[in-house]
Amino acid sequence: MRRIRAALARLAGLVARRRREREFRDELESHLAMHVEDNLRRGMTAREARRRAHLALGGVEATRLAYRDQASVPWLEQLVQDVRFALRQLAGSRGFTVTAVSTLGVALGVAVALGAFVDAALVQPLPYREPGRLLEVTESTPQIPRANLSWDDYLDWRRMATSLRGFDVHRGTAFALATAEGVERVRGVRVTPGFFRTLGIAPSLGRDFEDGEAEDSVILSHAAWQARFGGRGDVIGRKVVLDGAPSTVIGVLPASFHFAPRGRAEMWIPFHPHEGCDERRSCHAMVGVGRLGDGVTMAAARAEMEAIAERLELEYPDSNRSQGASVVPLVDAVVGDVRPVLLLLAAAAGLLLVIACVNVVSLLLVRSEGRKRELAVRSTLGASDGRLVRQLITEAALLVAAAGAVGLLVASAVVPLLAGLVPQDALDRMPFLDGAGVNLRVVAAVAVVALLATALFSLVPAVLVRRSEMRQGLADRGRGASGRTWRRLGFKLVVVELATAMVLLAGAGLLGRSLQRLLDVDLHFDPDRLATLGVSAPGPRFAEAEAAVRLGRQVVERVERLPGVRAAAATSVLPVSFNGNTLWLRFVGRPFAGEHNEVNMREVSAGYFATLGARLLRGRAFTDADTASAPAVAIVNRTLAQTYFPDQDPIGQRFGNVELAPESIAEIVGVVDDIREGPLSAEIWPAVYFPLAQSPESSFALVVRTEGDPRALLPALTAAVREVDAELSAVGPAAMRDRIEDSPVAYLQRSSAWLVAGFAALALLLGAVGLYGVVAYTVGQRSREIGLRVALGAQRRAVYALVLGEAGRLTALGILLGLAASVAAASLLRDLLFDTPPWDVPTLAAVAAVLALTALLASYLPARRAAATDPAEALRSE
Amino acid sequence: MSDETGRETTDKTDVPPGTLALMVLRTLAAMGPLHGYGLARRIEQVSGDLLALNYGTLYPALLKLEQEGAIAGSWGTSDNNRRAKFYRLTASGRRRLERETAHWEQTTAIVARFLENPLAAPEGET
Repeated sequence: MRRIRAALARLAGLVARRRREREFRDELESHLAMHVEDNLRRGMTAREARRRAHLALGGVEATRLAYRDQASVPWLEQLVQDVRFALRQLAGSRGFTVTAVSTLGVALGVAVALGAFVDAALVQPLPYREPGRLLEVTESTPQIPRANLSWDDYLDWRRMATSLRGFDVHRGTAFALATAEGVERVRGVRVTPGFFRTLGIAPSLGRDFEDGEAEDSVILSHAAWQARFGGRGDVIGRKVVLDGAPSTVIGVLPASFHFAPRGRAEMWIPFHPHEGCDERRSCHAMVGVGRLGDGVTMAAARAEMEAIAERLELEYPDSNRSQGASVVPLVDAVVGDVRPVLLLLAAAAGLLLVIACVNVVSLLLVRSEGRKRELAVRSTLGASDGRLVRQLITEAALLVAAAGAVGLLVASAVVPLLAGLVPQDALDRMPFLDGAGVNLRVVAAVAVVALLATALFSLVPAVLVRRSEMRQGLADRGRGASGRTWRRLGFKLVVVELATAMVLLAGAGLLGRSLQRLLDVDLHFDPDRLATLGVSAPGPRFAEAEAAVRLGRQVVERVERLPGVRAAAATSVLPVSFNGNTLWLRFVGRPFAGEHNEVNMREVSAGYFATLGARLLRGRAFTDADTASAPAVAIVNRTLAQTYFPDQDPIGQRFGNVELAPESIAEIVGVVDDIREGPLSAEIWPAVYFPLAQSPESSFALVVRTEGDPRALLPALTAAVREVDAELSAVGPAAMRDRIEDSPVAYLQRSSAWLVAGFAALALLLGAVGLYGVVAYTVGQRSREIGLRVALGAQRRAVYALVLGEAGRLTALGILLGLAASVAAASLLRDLLFDTPPWDVPTLAAVAAVLALTALLASYLPARRAAATDPAEALRSE
Repeated sequence: MSDETGRETTDKTDVPPGTLALMVLRTLAAMGPLHGYGLARRIEQVSGDLLALNYGTLYPALLKLEQEGAIAGSWGTSDNNRRAKFYRLTASGRRRLERETAHWEQTTAIVARFLENPLAAPEGET
């Protein structure tokens, strides 16, 4: 109590300092006066009386100091003084302060913003219990390293596996949900009942699935509960109608839950095998999630799964030949795609931060030349080295603190901006990015960076405080040998800045080039003026083959009647989606050893190739005559023809499935060009196309060739589909161009190219500012020499050459270093670069030219000033 | 026997640490309000001029006691009509004096016992 009271009194002492000191002076004066009087009374001389009184006190100044220390908090008082002085210093050189704070602040802010995304995506992407023990468990094929599981294989794997504590599967689906406004398509997932237990999460409302749970139970995502039931507590037990069948809500998932592999699925139902794919061991549609058993390593689990897969290969050669096992950490499966991009961006942000710090350091160096005299004077007047260093640290800390504040402001503006740049469907694939924000971990990281920066920034001038430097500082005027040393260091730092800027520029250039290559990839069809739309027909009404065929034809005909439509056709899978949905081929009349000739399989309507603008190389296209009753026919792509019929005419050849089941055999009637079915960056796979009429699907996609802008037609297209049958759902209307440019691979490329370009632009600006600062400073220092030269008859041209030559040497050095570093850095980028080598000469040359031009501009301004030097004035100024 | 001459001899004791506050409190309790100089003189007198009190150290100690609320200072006029700051004991200071006196007496009693008969057994010794 007493201590607190005293501490408060001392803190208060910080404020009323002047009044207190005046009062104490009075008190001491009266003390001395009384003592002197006493002494005089004892008979001393006036002089002796004074001397004795002062002696007894032990010195007026010492007493005053001891009193002052007790009166307030000395270190705090000094700190206040330091801060006050530092503020005056910084305010005095406003140009320096504004430049340093803004460059460092922006760089920090950008780094913080990216740190927020890295944190969300890489540090804590999985909101589950012990996420490090979770695995993605799937089958694998030679062509698809992480394929899917079939239901039968899953059952066998689960029966035999001992290394997993939980092993469940999920299969994405879409439901037609009956709402007040009509039928709406919602995303759903079918999961085995232990799924949430394996993840280690429990519903926040209601209950989890039980083993053997019936298919008419549904668990809602938190978002679905909020959006569709207004977040009401009595949702448990209510009915929802999914695909025409009533289901009961039994639980609601926590708000923090997301499961990136299935996007923002709203409805989760227990998995029960349906007719068709689920019943076939060769149909792979599920993805497994497993939790490692206690003490089991991932390698052990992988070895076990591979062994099981081998056993199944022997047991079921027809379906399981060359079906291996893939076991990877779930986190890799979820963020594997974005990780390299995020790390790249984080590295870019880090480089930018380095440049900004180097910039501030070189500014400090330049400034410290001028401050040497000030420090020397203060030191001579009695400031201790420690006090001077503390003063410099205070200045650096203030600078960094201001920059940190600017940085957090910038970050809180940039995070939503960046998140806004991510298109919705990409965000749906990466729900973990929702959590991106400036959180405690990010702030802690900033604090560490700030501490390091403070140390760096106070170290530089602190070196100057050494006594020897001091004396020199007084003697010469910062123009001696040491001055040159510092200047040279400043030069070196500019070279570092330019080289770093070069690395970022090169990265942006290479990514841009790679994006261009990617978008220029030959699609083998015409993506312009092409609209696309998914159509899905619900449940049992269109399960019958005839009904589905009729529906497909009706929809295509209805759409073709729309004004502005040239042609329309249907396909089971749109081009530039994925390689997959495959078939294993066996050719009639060829030896067969059970190998899996895996090819893409697509069902397309009669006018499909013509509508796409894909070239038919041989044979004929499908016609309306290729109906279910007509002979089964197929068209293959060029790659298939070249792979399996290298020196043979494929037309007229026949193939079937692995068993050569009679109903599976079809005759090749045509060869079409390699329509790009997979992502832009993927290889072309062999493909077969069947007539939609011979293997109907109840969901398909439309391709529509338009007269004008396809985007303008999309609403009419959607409406037309609904007109055919109100229960049809139209999914994802988009122009083909947009689909391609927004496809995940192009999106990743473009966003990283743009972001790195943004960094590069900032880096270029900072590098230019740094170069300008150094050159301008040199010109200032050498104004006398330049004046002398001009006076002695040097041409303006010679002055330009003098200044620009020096800047040119620095720039050339920076570019050379940067080139070497760029090639090295770009090698790390290789995975992200499509068809672009890290040493892509045109890109690097262009980048070097941009840097050189910028540097020229940055040094031209001070050069012009130097050339305009009036010799008389320059010589007089000393 | 002037204290001024005595001060220059070396057989005086420094003020033991932590005791100056107690001396101040005790003196104020006995004498009523005093100014700094008066306090210093009084402490020297009571100590029988055996203490080497540096007057200058008194003022930070007074300030500390004031900050802790044990004493309060106010300006007044001295006997010979000089303006001076007078310190007086507060209620809390009085309580503290009692507490510290008891504590100090106990401590010195214990130390004294050891010094009187350092080899005596701790019990059966009265």
